[in-house]
Amino acid sequence: MTTIKTNHQPKTLHAVIIRFVGDSGDGMQLTGTQFSDTSAMFGNDIATFPNYPAEIRAPQGSLYGVSGFQVHIGSVEINTPGDEVDLLVAMNPAGLKTNLHAVKPGHTIIVDTDAFTKKNLDKAQYDTNPLEDGSLENYQVIEVAMTSLTKEALKDIEGLDNKSITRSKNMFALGMVYWMYNRSTDHTINFFEKKFSAKPELIEANIKVLNTGYYFAETLELIPNSYGVAPAKMAPGTYRIIMGNTATAWGFLAASEKSGLDLFLGSYPITPASDILHELAKHQHFGVKTFQAEDEIAGITSAIGASFAGNLAITTTSGPGLALKGEALGLAMMIEMPIVVVNVQRGGPSTGLPTKTEQSDLLQALYGRNGESPVIVIAASTPANCFDFAYQASKLTLEHMTPVVLLTDGYIANGSAPWRIKSVKDMPEIKTNITREYQEGWHPYDRDEETLARSWAIPGTPGLEHRVGGLEKDRVSGNVSYVPDNHEYMVKIRAEKIKRVQNAIPELKSEFVDEGELLVIGWGGTFGSLYSAIKDIREQGYDSIGLAHFNYINPLPKNTEEVLKRFKKIIVCELNNGQFAKVLKLNFNDFEILQFNKIQGLPFGNEELIQKFKQVLK
Amino acid sequence: MDATIEKKYTFKDFASDQEVRWCPGCDDYVILRAMQKALPEMGVKKEDVVFISGIGCSSRFPYYMDTYGMHSIHGRAPAIATGTKLANPNLSVWVITGDGDSMAIGGNHFIHVLRRNVDLNIVLFNNEIYGLTKGQFSPTSLVGQKTKSSPYGNTQPPFSAGELAIGAQARFFARIGGNTPKEMTQIFIEAEKFEGTSLIEVMQNCPIFNDGCYNEFTDKAVREDKQLFVEHGKPMVFGKERDKGLVLKGLKLEVVTIGENGITEDDILVHDAKEQDPTLHQMLVRLHYPKVTGIIRSYNDVTFDERMNNQIKEVKMKSDFHYTDDLFFSGDTYEVK
Repeated sequence: MTTIKTNHQPKTLHAVIIRFVGDSGDGMQLTGTQFSDTSAMFGNDIATFPNYPAEIRAPQGSLYGVSGFQVHIGSVEINTPGDEVDLLVAMNPAGLKTNLHAVKPGHTIIVDTDAFTKKNLDKAQYDTNPLEDGSLENYQVIEVAMTSLTKEALKDIEGLDNKSITRSKNMFALGMVYWMYNRSTDHTINFFEKKFSAKPELIEANIKVLNTGYYFAETLELIPNSYGVAPAKMAPGTYRIIMGNTATAWGFLAASEKSGLDLFLGSYPITPASDILHELAKHQHFGVKTFQAEDEIAGITSAIGASFAGNLAITTTSGPGLALKGEALGLAMMIEMPIVVVNVQRGGPSTGLPTKTEQSDLLQALYGRNGESPVIVIAASTPANCFDFAYQASKLTLEHMTPVVLLTDGYIANGSAPWRIKSVKDMPEIKTNITREYQEGWHPYDRDEETLARSWAIPGTPGLEHRVGGLEKDRVSGNVSYVPDNHEYMVKIRAEKIKRVQNAIPELKSEFVDEGELLVIGWGGTFGSLYSAIKDIREQGYDSIGLAHFNYINPLPKNTEEVLKRFKKIIVCELNNGQFAKVLKLNFNDFEILQFNKIQGLPFGNEELIQKFKQVLK
Repeated sequence: MDATIEKKYTFKDFASDQEVRWCPGCDDYVILRAMQKALPEMGVKKEDVVFISGIGCSSRFPYYMDTYGMHSIHGRAPAIATGTKLANPNLSVWVITGDGDSMAIGGNHFIHVLRRNVDLNIVLFNNEIYGLTKGQFSPTSLVGQKTKSSPYGNTQPPFSAGELAIGAQARFFARIGGNTPKEMTQIFIEAEKFEGTSLIEVMQNCPIFNDGCYNEFTDKAVREDKQLFVEHGKPMVFGKERDKGLVLKGLKLEVVTIGENGITEDDILVHDAKEQDPTLHQMLVRLHYPKVTGIIRSYNDVTFDERMNNQIKEVKMKSDFHYTDDLFFSGDTYEVK
């Protein structure tokens, strides 16, 4: 098979946003993934976001059955999948209807005209055909009869059924887009050769259609212009494209190897956290034990049991699941046992918006337990750094002997981005607090002087037999104690232990400037949106604006107040009704804290942030 | 279990320094002592023994044992114990629970641990009442029973622990009176030997809130006539005179008298605890007269922990991935220079 060399001189752009949309069965996720992987290998920075219906097999052609995949590629640093798109590829009327609003005026839409039948138009609730009624006159519409061209291209290949033929039309679209953006088809050809090694007719068919689309775009005078996006300046190294949930899973694998402790995951399936369970279930070769439990409570309690027996134990969930785990998390805090709870946040309250993103579990993570029960709370902020924070969560829980809640969200969990691969060799040491043999005077509640972490004695170790439990414990022996002073002492020491984690976490940095007019504050998954918006507004001359993005929430970085002091105004931007703003107000009462909140199940848009910042700076 | 254990334990080695705080006269003392006596006979190392309990009177048990232990939260001990056993299959893991802890708030974990057949032992202290919360009816209290929360009589029909357990695929079920420590000790030893989830229901008298609830079977004066203590491979004979026995009539068990109507001991059913089909075990569990005690079911099956560990071994052997680097740098990676 010969691969095609690009042979046109494209117009150069810094960044382009492309969205592929079609029916659930049209292969849009595959198309989008192929385009983003190819672009990443070409050297672009990328960010992607899949958007598929909650229904597993939604009726064909329906508005709610539209599946989409957005990719943002750039020769510059890319921090989000982007808002408005430069190119929309719509495989059917429903896809066009539900996504047209996202296309920048004047920009390009490619449609498969074969899909614009009366039946499909009806299903998409179009009274008239948008390709004919003039409603698209503000866009460059490229009409291609993709289905028939695909059929024509494949008519000579034997052994193909009708379904396989029509299903490969997504490759026609991909071929066109590859030509338009000056991309090689190599990666996709390799992909099919591997995927269908047992079915040569499918390899041939897919490559044929891919090339046909590519040549079609080349030949077609209709294409107004073609774009190239040059490679981005990225740090040298070996990269791969990684999804947030995969990165989270891999961070735990790395921590398990580094600490020398087997990894145990107790979990119950829940959207959008299940992919972490799926990923870890694949890696039994590292000795990982994944236990799909009977419910959320058994997910965390089995992890507590595994932790008791000396594993690096974690549990994964999303909002409603965290609510169910609350009592057990309190137990882990009380018995001072290491455990990481990953909460991939989704829209709440109650069942809420399971497939949409939100940051509304922050207060639940901080306070959602009975009694005085502080735990460490940290948040990842990009798909790739889910790896680092899963690793860090493991390190903190093992070194400080207290549970850690790691917050991510649907947006970064399902999004993907390039990850400069980290080897376990390069990760920081993890020093567990395990006591391996009996020494005279040993007690289960002996504490490390610096961290206050208690000694971890694991069943199987002779001489260290002891009991732990949810009842208040004597400060030394660990025996049950109802002594009033002891209880107050223990409540305070458990709180102090969390506070001292400040010594183990990095200080807060303000990006762009150290002091100035406006400090934008964010936490967790909104980093990309906030960072891009500030970068853009600075280009418009607003250069006295900085970003303080928090990954550590409990405890807060030591220097938080100092950073806050250096700006005249402070605005906290978050995808909830003001939860982190509340936390800051509680901790620092000398500041006026403005808020920008969005609670629509969607990430921040670039333009809405810029408008808000301008308004505040007026 | 390690055959090379040199140290011989006595029951004192398993008693912690904590003062036992159950009410005077409670059967819980009997169970505690039976366990402390059974452990030295099991051939397990003290440091490998773990007791995990939920909440309730019974669940204070781990504090009184000088082994590893966790007094956890209400109903969750089976799930915690599952994690402990999966993490370290060498441990001898015991769950201590009560009727409310296991069959009300912890019902879900209780049935699933039995279904999975995790190799651990569950001692269920069934006193048909809530003790620690001071006298409300439990899921095993009888209809009509007057308690603090049912002053006019309980209107909820009870679970039978054995019936529920065997329905949930329990491979090992034993029942024993709270006042027969010798038999209890022996059953604990057998439970430890059994590979899989062993459930031991103790008919435990609560002298404060439900005193005498088992008297009709457990009172010394009537015990031999009212209880049938079954043993695998032996005919199901009972009675002071050892003249009563069980036969199968149609789909019902019937009590017959040996020597009457031409019945000889050869006609009496022989107990087969190891049979996979639980039909007869269920019938024995349901029987009101005689009350069947002893090891009713003991069917050998693959355990969950064994299955999981074998799978991991197999995957490890076949895989090219030994370190995370092997995974991280595999597949579609690319260089940026």
